[in-house]
Amino acid sequence: MATDVEDPQRRDFLIIAGNAFAAVGAASLIWPFVQQMNPDAGAKALASIEVDLSPIQQGQAITVMWRGKPVFIRNRTPEEIEAAKKVPLNELVDEAARNENVEADARATDENRTLKGHENWLVMVGVCTHLGCIPKGQTLSDAKGDYGGWFCPCHGSHYDTAGRIRKGPAPRNLEVPTYEFVSDTKIKIG
Amino acid sequence: MAQHESTYVPKSAIAKWWDQRLPIMRLMHDSFVDYPTPRNLNFLWTFGGILTFVLVAQIVTGIVLAMHYQPSAEDAFNSVENIRRNVNYGYMIRNFHAVGASMFFIAVYIHIFRGLYYGSYKAPREILWILGVLIFLVMMATAFMGYALPWGQMSFWGVTVITNLFSSLDGIFPGLGTAIVEWLWGGYAVTGVTLNRFFSLHYLLPFVILGLVILHVWALHVAGQNNPTGLDVKTKSDTVPMSPYAISKDFLWMFVFLIMFAWFVFFLPDYLGHADNYIEANPLVTPPHIVPEWYFLPFYAILRAIPDKLGGVVAMFAAIAILVFVPWLDTSRVRSSKYRPIYKWFFWLFAFSCLALGYLGSKPAEGVYVFWARIFTFYYFAHFLIVMPIVGILETPKKLPRSITEAVLGEGGAATPKGAAAAPERR
Repeated sequence: MATDVEDPQRRDFLIIAGNAFAAVGAASLIWPFVQQMNPDAGAKALASIEVDLSPIQQGQAITVMWRGKPVFIRNRTPEEIEAAKKVPLNELVDEAARNENVEADARATDENRTLKGHENWLVMVGVCTHLGCIPKGQTLSDAKGDYGGWFCPCHGSHYDTAGRIRKGPAPRNLEVPTYEFVSDTKIKIG
Repeated sequence: MAQHESTYVPKSAIAKWWDQRLPIMRLMHDSFVDYPTPRNLNFLWTFGGILTFVLVAQIVTGIVLAMHYQPSAEDAFNSVENIRRNVNYGYMIRNFHAVGASMFFIAVYIHIFRGLYYGSYKAPREILWILGVLIFLVMMATAFMGYALPWGQMSFWGVTVITNLFSSLDGIFPGLGTAIVEWLWGGYAVTGVTLNRFFSLHYLLPFVILGLVILHVWALHVAGQNNPTGLDVKTKSDTVPMSPYAISKDFLWMFVFLIMFAWFVFFLPDYLGHADNYIEANPLVTPPHIVPEWYFLPFYAILRAIPDKLGGVVAMFAAIAILVFVPWLDTSRVRSSKYRPIYKWFFWLFAFSCLALGYLGSKPAEGVYVFWARIFTFYYFAHFLIVMPIVGILETPKKLPRSITEAVLGEGGAATPKGAAAAPERR
């Protein structure tokens, strides 16, 4: 747009600099409008919860809400633990532990699905790894699937007593969230 | 000016294929790129573009806020506080929207007074002007309902007072006003039910405005733009192509406007609002001094200046409705006040009256404030009903230039002033 024949570069520079400045300003304005949809400070403040385990008898399970999702907490019987331990790892669909509390490359043994010293407690996010339904198996009357653990009614995924996927379309074991024992009968999730 | 020949040339094979099927790029090119604009437009002609920008900005920020807002009497106030404190950049987006409403009105008032000064309402632009009045009216309704949404004390009592305006219809037909007010409220008082429907309409009306704006721009492009001389475009040398000439001027003044906008958003976000709106709505206690947002103050002053319930309401709505008749109330053959030595002074008196009414609207309705509100209310209407028709007939306008080109370049119009863009019309 050089209209001044004597000094075209100055005008060109002003136009390019002005447009570049406006473009950077407009682009940086997009960020807040994207970021506003991410979890807000209120949602992040709910990132951890404490759960009292003392009322849960052997063979019983409870479901608690964490970050808007159900968390299955099961006090497993010795038979259930035994059944899970007996499974050879090469029979598993997903051989990774999927446990936030052990190394990322740990294998899906029954020990690696729990915390050391608390092997009877199984704590998992109760969301099917297929498409996000909540598997059955928490109450006594629920269908527990072919492996005695959990069964997702949406598309027929079967989980065993360690929450590992054994049959059906789900690709991964149920996820074990970050948690720790803050006392013998209390855990903190998140 | 709409009949100017299309100069759009599709550059690629795809553009050509597309152009034969849906010539939208041609429409855009002919309407906003190669559109001939009068060569003498001053900065006041950039406010149409600024207003379009503000409308789009209000819609975008409004859609974002609606993602986080809860339109219920229990949660509305807290959800707005949640937006300000917890939502990522929520404080900023909320301020954009709240300050944006004020900026919208600043721009629209400049735009309206520009039209009044330069006679932009006169033939052949009457429909264009009336569409503008309709946009203004819907804008006011939208802003009013938006102000209700934070559900603070001013929101609640503003809604109560303004919806109660309709109860004055009881004076015409007993029971009519009450029935209308209860219909508006969805109950026997302003409640969360009222808030819910206001939210719904506040989301709808901006899109109505958008539709009206499209008609407004269409009507503008049929008649062509007015200009500071008020003369019609006669030859090609009276115009320059919109891009880059008018467009770069639009952007310059939009940036100036945005600097002011950003200043309020980041440094004075609550300056244009009222502190009482940070107290949650309480249906049992009215704040001691109720005032509307600043942009409604002149009309509020007119409402209170009339010592009769129905009369006040009628006067307030008449103050807006009278704008519709301006094209026929003004009897002058000359558009621009630049060439109207007598009317010019009345114009500024009118502008002063509007500012004065705004000031008086913010003051309590007592004593000397009421007296002056009545004086200026009288002049507000007298300007349209007496000054416009009579001055137009009696006044002798100044000598008009023969053309826009002559007004810019002087008689003869041949010599290019030093430093001016060389032959912008050569294209």
